Amino acid sequence: MSIAVRFDGIVKEFGPVRVLHGVSFDLAPGRVYGLLGENGAGKSTLMKILSGYERPTGGTLHIDGEPRSFKSSRDAEAAGIVLIHQEFNLAEDLTITQNIFLGHERKRGWWLDEAAMRADTLRVLRQVGLDKDPDTPVRHLIVAEKQLVEIAKALARNARLLIMDEPTASLTPGETEALFTLMARLQADGVTIVYISHKLDEVERTTDDVIVMRDGRFVTRQPTRELTRHQMATLMVGREISDLYPDKDPAPTGAVPLLRVEGLTVPGWAADIAFDVKPGEILGFAGLVGAGRTELFEGLLGLRPHQVGRIELEGRAIRIRNPRDAVDQGITYLSEDRKGKGLHVGFGLRENLTLMALETYATPWLKPGAETRALKTAVQDFGIRTGSLDVKAASLSGGNQQKLALAKVLHPEPKVVILDEPTRGVDVGAKRDIYFLIQRLAREGRGVVVVSSELMELVGLCHRVAVMRGGRLRAMVDAQHLTEEELISHATGTNQRDQANGDKPSEEESMTAGR
Amino acid sequence: MVDRQLDQPAPPRFQRARSLGSRLHAVGPILGLVLLCVAGTLLNPDFASLDNAMNVLTRTAFIGIIAVGMCFVIISGGIDLSVGSMAALIAGMVILLMNTLAGSIDQPVLVVAIGMAASVVLGGVFGLAHGLLITRGRIEPFIVTLGTLGIFRAYLTYFSNGGAITLDDTLSDVYSPVYYTSVIGVPIPVWVFLIVAVAGALILNRTAYGRYVQAIGSNEQVARYAAVNVDRIKVMTYALLGACVGIATLLYVPRLGSSSPTTGLLWELEAIAAVIVGGTALKGGSGSIIGTVIGAVLLSVISNILNLTSVISVYLNAAVQGFVIIIVAFLQRRK
Repeated sequence: MSIAVRFDGIVKEFGPVRVLHGVSFDLAPGRVYGLLGENGAGKSTLMKILSGYERPTGGTLHIDGEPRSFKSSRDAEAAGIVLIHQEFNLAEDLTITQNIFLGHERKRGWWLDEAAMRADTLRVLRQVGLDKDPDTPVRHLIVAEKQLVEIAKALARNARLLIMDEPTASLTPGETEALFTLMARLQADGVTIVYISHKLDEVERTTDDVIVMRDGRFVTRQPTRELTRHQMATLMVGREISDLYPDKDPAPTGAVPLLRVEGLTVPGWAADIAFDVKPGEILGFAGLVGAGRTELFEGLLGLRPHQVGRIELEGRAIRIRNPRDAVDQGITYLSEDRKGKGLHVGFGLRENLTLMALETYATPWLKPGAETRALKTAVQDFGIRTGSLDVKAASLSGGNQQKLALAKVLHPEPKVVILDEPTRGVDVGAKRDIYFLIQRLAREGRGVVVVSSELMELVGLCHRVAVMRGGRLRAMVDAQHLTEEELISHATGTNQRDQANGDKPSEEESMTAGR
Repeated sequence: MVDRQLDQPAPPRFQRARSLGSRLHAVGPILGLVLLCVAGTLLNPDFASLDNAMNVLTRTAFIGIIAVGMCFVIISGGIDLSVGSMAALIAGMVILLMNTLAGSIDQPVLVVAIGMAASVVLGGVFGLAHGLLITRGRIEPFIVTLGTLGIFRAYLTYFSNGGAITLDDTLSDVYSPVYYTSVIGVPIPVWVFLIVAVAGALILNRTAYGRYVQAIGSNEQVARYAAVNVDRIKVMTYALLGACVGIATLLYVPRLGSSSPTTGLLWELEAIAAVIVGGTALKGGSGSIIGTVIGAVLLSVISNILNLTSVISVYLNAAVQGFVIIIVAFLQRRK
């Protein structure tokens, strides 16, 4: 059950825009490939062609030596090629069994053969190591379990080549480990895996070969063990990247905190949290998925039910009932969920940029001219790359959308800005731009809170890092002690000092299950 | 969706092609209206007369004014099914109020003025109630207004004992010019329709409130996270529609001088149809007041042409309108 794939001069155009310029390489059966490239390099488009979601404009796809052209993802599935989307393709209200057989239902005469489908589901669930009743509705599963269902679905359809797009983006370290074990097992069974990820450490650990794409072209394929992470990044960007992080400014000392929060509780997510941010300080928030960081700040902004002891801004007590109050006081929040909560993707760039500060443009009539001038300035300041100012936000690449989202939350000129996963899903170049921007914000005397799952980023950027676990603030790590190991130990509850305080790692398990 | 490569600036040709497409989309309803008018003129020269044009516009005014308010509600992602019943109830209550006041105030003009103001206020209050039930009560707009659709009409039927509530003759004489008078050759209802439409277009496109309405309909979560006071904007939208219904009603009352259980029947569907034919998507997010006005006019031109010509039976009026709605929806699917 192996499959050999050869791309031969694949060209893809969307209208007059050519996104793949004759890509040729092959995938040997039973290997794990890491597919690397910046946003917009064309890797997703190529994989969509391989899995039948897109058709090439030119070139040929060979499967086991035969030229093939898939008319649909179903066609590709029949050939054993399955793409697992970053955002899952599961019907939330259907059960695991119903999802696994969706569109491929077993029948006996006119009726569904429930028993056979259930038995097969049990078999594939065992194969992926998911111990759940096949009749469980998918909406009751956590993210990691849904992913396993997706993989089980692929196996039930006899997948011989699995494409995984950023599979670990929302997994905890434990879940990630389990996924890697499963990948090794699938590989042993002869399944080819194409692994798309921005996380180079994972690529280094799990793949046999690395394939790099850039600007719609194939760059290289090399055995993973012959490359360092730094070399991978350099190949992706096409130039030497140095100084990903700006040099740290010394931590501000002695100043009155800009923002001080006491006794903030978000029921079900965070309990009795206190922290403060000084002017010019970059404060990190670390923690595993489900530790309650995002929910904490959504609570602070009044986006979730919460209780709070006291919030002080520049030493004066304030009340925040909703995001409007927060903006009026000078606090803004960048959501981790760019498409769902951050940007109106169907709106133009201008309307997105000014939305949070729209009142300043209304006297009482809006002034599109002034808004357009603001957009021009923002495009310059934030380095947003766009062909025209009149496009919709959806037409920007991920990194540029993120820069627009940043420009939007900074447009009201906040004193304190809370950035939740500011570099999620953006490429190395854009990441660097965003890091330097964050430093600039701090230098301007703002308080910056960075919530991130990338520990490297927190270590490279922050003056202090708060670590949350199971809805509680477990540690506040200052610059001298800031290492990835230190943060992980607090986040997972394996730190000696934490345990001495009688704080057991078991309690967060129940919290994460809510996710 | 697609890992789009628009990091490189898209070529200008691509841009132009797109904006041409969206321009075509915007002129679609106008084009339809023009073609319809040409057809009408060819079939019956009377169609093109000024008299007939004013007749059509006057009859469009009620639905058109309501459709302007409905356009805001639909763009914000909501719906209001109750507007027809609401108009009937407002008409009934206002007539009862004026008849009662006529006993104690002997200036009919003042009584009528109070009645007209009451009409707008009542509409605003009903709309406010819808908005609060939808936002504070967290009930779907479809369900809230389906409920009040029944409630409003039932109360009118109850007040009128199943018959008609009729305006006092003296008051009727004072009030009827509001519907029947022309200023500079244009009937008052048409002027009001024009003013409401222009105000609506300005509010939607040139105020922060209008932008917020679009932002909420496009993605409510994003709007909420961007510090838009979603609940307040939504309540205002329903109140605005209620006020529009009140304005339409104050123009309608002098026409017949009465309200009965059949008053305003199916107006909600005509208003929604006008909005949709005008190019506003039922799922909200964006839309156009000008389109809505054209949509309303287009639908009444259809019935006017059927009345003036014998190509298609008048009895098929609703069928022709229905076909037009479906054709428009077909042309506008998945841009």
